[in-house]
Amino acid sequence: MSMPTDGGRLLRYVDALREGIAQEMERDPRVFLFGLDVDDHKGIQGSTLGLLDQFGPERVFGTPMSEDAMTGVAIGAAMAGLRPIHVHIRMDFLLLCMNQLINIAAKAHSMYGGAVRVPLVVRSMIGKSWGQGAQHSQALYSMFMHVPGLKVVAPSNANDAKGCMIAAIRDDNPVIFVEHRLLYPTQAVVPESSYTVEFGRARVCARGKDITLVGVSNMVVECLRARELLLDAGIEAEVIDPISLAPLDSTTVLESALRTRRLLVADNTWTNCGASAEILARVAESGGVEAGVRMARIGFAATTCPPSPPLENEFYPNPAKIASAAYALVRGNNDDWAPDPERAALSYQLQFRGPF
Amino acid sequence: MPAYPAPDLVRLYRALRLIRRSEEEIARIYPTDKIKSPVHLSIGQEAVSVGVCDALRADDFVSPTYRCHAAYLAKGGDLKAMFAELYGKASGCARGRGGSMHMIGLDHNIIGASAVVGTTVPVALGYALALKREGKGRVVALFLGDGATEEGVFYESLNFASLHRLPALFVCENNFYAIHAPLAKRWATARLCERVATFGIPAHMIPQSDVLEIRSKAAECLEAIRAGAGPAFLECHTYRWREHVGPGEDYDFGYRNRDELRPWQDKDAVSTLGASLDPGERARVDAAVEAEIAAAIEAAEQAEWPDTRELHNYVYAD
Repeated sequence: MSMPTDGGRLLRYVDALREGIAQEMERDPRVFLFGLDVDDHKGIQGSTLGLLDQFGPERVFGTPMSEDAMTGVAIGAAMAGLRPIHVHIRMDFLLLCMNQLINIAAKAHSMYGGAVRVPLVVRSMIGKSWGQGAQHSQALYSMFMHVPGLKVVAPSNANDAKGCMIAAIRDDNPVIFVEHRLLYPTQAVVPESSYTVEFGRARVCARGKDITLVGVSNMVVECLRARELLLDAGIEAEVIDPISLAPLDSTTVLESALRTRRLLVADNTWTNCGASAEILARVAESGGVEAGVRMARIGFAATTCPPSPPLENEFYPNPAKIASAAYALVRGNNDDWAPDPERAALSYQLQFRGPF
Repeated sequence: MPAYPAPDLVRLYRALRLIRRSEEEIARIYPTDKIKSPVHLSIGQEAVSVGVCDALRADDFVSPTYRCHAAYLAKGGDLKAMFAELYGKASGCARGRGGSMHMIGLDHNIIGASAVVGTTVPVALGYALALKREGKGRVVALFLGDGATEEGVFYESLNFASLHRLPALFVCENNFYAIHAPLAKRWATARLCERVATFGIPAHMIPQSDVLEIRSKAAECLEAIRAGAGPAFLECHTYRWREHVGPGEDYDFGYRNRDELRPWQDKDAVSTLGASLDPGERARVDAAVEAEIAAAIEAAEQAEWPDTRELHNYVYAD
């Protein structure tokens, strides 16, 4: 992973998000932040803490529980020249915003012949931890990938989180900003200065010759752990982080897959009609089939997420499952290799303690 | 209600007449398939748009419904750009990418219209939020139909507008039908203004669709809004003379009948205000309106189609 080091220091993902927002609000008085509970004592798990004191209640304010109208207000304010950041603590709640996001935000620039722009950032959290259950666990970004006019970004580390946030705020289009909550405490080297991470450019996080692993958001971390497990079996995996899902850099994935001849996409959500389906389809129709690339994907079990621990463990992908699926792609399904379970756990997930 | 001097009456009549005749021309052309965009005509409802928009300042905003031709023209929207948009031509107000239900005219502060009922209500409030922050006393007049008041987002919007004292004038055009469903099948009670008032928003019903009364009440509300009083609400009863969508009438299909129409025709703003003018003055206005519409239709007929290479333009703003 290439990380700028000038002025860099280790920073948590959650703090990098806040720093990026604060720097943009400082730079541009048109930027404002709102959403349910952005101004309370918890501050969206810390990602908005202190911003009210710094920028005042006109630019940082909580809202009624009216996601539909608040999204419309954000869109109208954006059309009128402001640059709103609308925060939702769960991506599940974006279902209450779909009419505004899809019928107006995504289409306004086109259906009004370029007369308006919608510079809007919609932040929402996804992801597991324990017990999130049916309606606090969903990562619905593929629904937004489907619609022309929206951008979708899902950074996997603190450095990208800050750079993508600043890029999203400066973008003149609606950006769906997806944050996996288990990434919040993870640290990376983050420059103190302002910088952007370009959308539509995937990053090769680790080189390898035997298989290409593509991870979305938190799955990048899980793919990197799976890569270590696979090394025990003598398999060198290349790991790619698309960073943004719309626009999607499938070229970098294709180039890697043509080299490794195997491609496994690990997603944070269901595989049906998902980001994993789109990535594989693009590789398949761009030469992957002719080149004989073996392809597979892994994601949530095709069922509703249960909170009961053994069922929940079965529901989610994890590094061991990714490693096993990768092994099968490389070596075939003839032997039942499984990674060392002690090494398969992710350290930051072991640290997680409730209550949530 | 103040007495209106003759120049004001002429201006109001001109606006009413322009909308009425433009839409009658749309209805005439529509069966030729030159306008390939579903049209929702405001014929019979012009007084609401004209009364409200005449009370607005040029730098105020208006947010029309999908039945948007009347508010678009009443706020000063370009007639040629509207006809070109209906024809799908490149010179349309949305470059042929919007159509009848998505008129926009930001050079006259006309916010883009939406085909999904109620959707523009909070969007207009977003503009109002920006105008409040700007602090120049500008207002958004946002139009909605009686059907939109049944959407949850309407109540979310009333609450937020009142909570933040936004400079917004809600204008409900109550024409008693959502497509073909009458109010009696949709509203538990007809006490819309009472519902709105519980949000702390002054709400006024104007039952007779008198353009001067609408204008006066709108002006009164706008003065308070500009002074920082927060939003106000007008429920303007009106009547849609034509079918929900399309150019024709629909009094023979059982859901309504012509007896219901007649009292509205008797108090029609275009006819009654026209009759009150000096006949010579009226004739001059009528002739000018006819010439303007004819020129707009001719321009739309002659205008260029969008280049097919433009299909992928405007997906994202650069």
